[in-house]
Amino acid sequence: MIRDDIDHERRKLFIGLTGAVGAVGAVGAAVPFVGSWMPSAKARAAGAPVTVDVGKLMPGQKMVVEWRGKPVWVIRRTPDMLNDLTKIVDELRDPNSEVETQQPKYAANKTRAIKEELLVLVGLCTHLGCSPLFKPEVDTAEFGKNWFGGFYCPCHGSKFDLAGRVYKGVPAPTNLEVPPYFYVTDEVITIGDDGSSTEEGVA
Amino acid sequence: MTVSANVLAWVDKRFPASKMFKEHMSEYYAPKNFNFWYFFGVFALVVLVNQLLTGIWLTMFYEPSADGAFDAVQYIMYDVSYGDILRYLHSTGASAFFLVVYLHMFRGLLYGSYKAPRELVWIIGMFIYLILMAEAFFGYLLPWGQMSYWGAQVIFNLASAIPVYGADLIEWIRGDYLISGATLNRYFAVHVVALPIILLGLIVAHIIALHEVGSNNPDGVDIKEKKDENGIPLDGIPFHPYYTVHDLQGIVVFLFVFLAVVFFFPDGGGYFLEKPNFEPANGLKTPDHIAPVWYFTPFYAILRSVPDKLLGVIAMGAAIAFLFLLPWLDRSPVRSMRYKGLISRIALGIFVICFVLLGVCGVKPPDGDFIFGLSWKVTGQICTAFYFLWFITMPFIPMFEKTKTPPERLKVTH
Repeated sequence: MIRDDIDHERRKLFIGLTGAVGAVGAVGAAVPFVGSWMPSAKARAAGAPVTVDVGKLMPGQKMVVEWRGKPVWVIRRTPDMLNDLTKIVDELRDPNSEVETQQPKYAANKTRAIKEELLVLVGLCTHLGCSPLFKPEVDTAEFGKNWFGGFYCPCHGSKFDLAGRVYKGVPAPTNLEVPPYFYVTDEVITIGDDGSSTEEGVA
Repeated sequence: MTVSANVLAWVDKRFPASKMFKEHMSEYYAPKNFNFWYFFGVFALVVLVNQLLTGIWLTMFYEPSADGAFDAVQYIMYDVSYGDILRYLHSTGASAFFLVVYLHMFRGLLYGSYKAPRELVWIIGMFIYLILMAEAFFGYLLPWGQMSYWGAQVIFNLASAIPVYGADLIEWIRGDYLISGATLNRYFAVHVVALPIILLGLIVAHIIALHEVGSNNPDGVDIKEKKDENGIPLDGIPFHPYYTVHDLQGIVVFLFVFLAVVFFFPDGGGYFLEKPNFEPANGLKTPDHIAPVWYFTPFYAILRSVPDKLLGVIAMGAAIAFLFLLPWLDRSPVRSMRYKGLISRIALGIFVICFVLLGVCGVKPPDGDFIFGLSWKVTGQICTAFYFLWFITMPFIPMFEKTKTPPERLKVTH
């Protein structure tokens, strides 16, 4: 039976309304499924800041701290090391730390540190995430004449200086990351929080 | 009527059992000139069954947790009766899957099986290939060895090249600030539940689409154009019993080779099971040399060939995306390489050589030498250029190439 009294406009309106409500419902239903993949409360707690005493760290030494499961290096640089940082500026891709994501504002300076002798870095290559090796020696034989010590990534050959700044012509695109940190006392630092805000560590 | 005929009649009134069997087997007419290359589709199906069966059994002994995963694999290998066989069937099956799928795809390139009206057969097939790669990637984390961990780390860092959202996206997929037990748990769910369901659906769609348009053949001739008085293609033979029996024989030979690898060379010389994976995952120490499993290396080599990180990721994506476009890039009037000209044949030859060479580049350190002082890095860059050149020049080849006229009916050579 073909009816000619069907109000097609009305039918279209109801189909549209039903579809719209359904779409809202689908988005709502997706929230718990998508949201459950965010880091859990447990993971966020484990990602909390860590506090370390650097008093026993001698000049030229490196210590490794685990923060959010990543290796974080703390290195006390010697005056010579700091002096050498200015010699190779032309060889670096971002010598003035202009890429904002790679360090907090307070570390966007010449030595990439709050107090210039103490360097804090996330020890993962910015290329594909391997952990570079610490090569503090001025070893021109292995790395060429513009090498005053730094970090060498064994995976794809990226090179960084002793401020974690990346050399030109290597696969890594940016400087090594400086995590947020602050001084609790002169010889104790907290990594994962910049001391001013509370949300940074558990964001 | 016999009892079985009665039962079948009873079922047929309620479920189209006989109808479906006829449609897809006994009255599905396939070209009579299928050759060696037509074995690989059915081999893929055999490997799929192997992966499903051994996969289900492995979940019975595996434990998806950061503390338990590596030990569970050792437990499967040394304590579970026949556990090592089950695991080797599964791990070798992964490599076998990619091998037969690559050969299956090459058959498509050789005989123009992606051309109209089989565009959807090809595209659904490409989606199957994508899901297979995802399956392999998610599955590789599960043994929780050093290569599992750092391989995933490298892939995650590729995604970090995505502007703006990269870092948040990675954190969401990982479910943590590092690859952890949370990551492992969801990878397990995706690998054993979500992706296999999608994979099965796509395979059914692949076969339904194929049976709708009919199989291509080495001559690339449409057998549906010449039919007898009953509407049956003159050059077609029923899939069952002709090709079922034919394929069973191929399967026997395939299983001999496959099982020889499973029993005698299960680690495939370090290419099927990589050496660093015999050490538990350690987030603070990177293995000296990270290379993906062999079936990913061509794309990994393309990634490495591009000096810029983001452009490298884009090039790798494009290398796969271009394959989806093949049905529209190939504008030749004929399907099969048998009737295309010399240029097409040489172009396909170069493409295949480059793909294989890229695969080799991907496992070699970039600074090492290949031949004539040519480093693997430069070799990879040359091959990457030719890989893309194949797709880009394809639409123009018919302008310069004289094709031969395919025969009216199929030629069968014995």
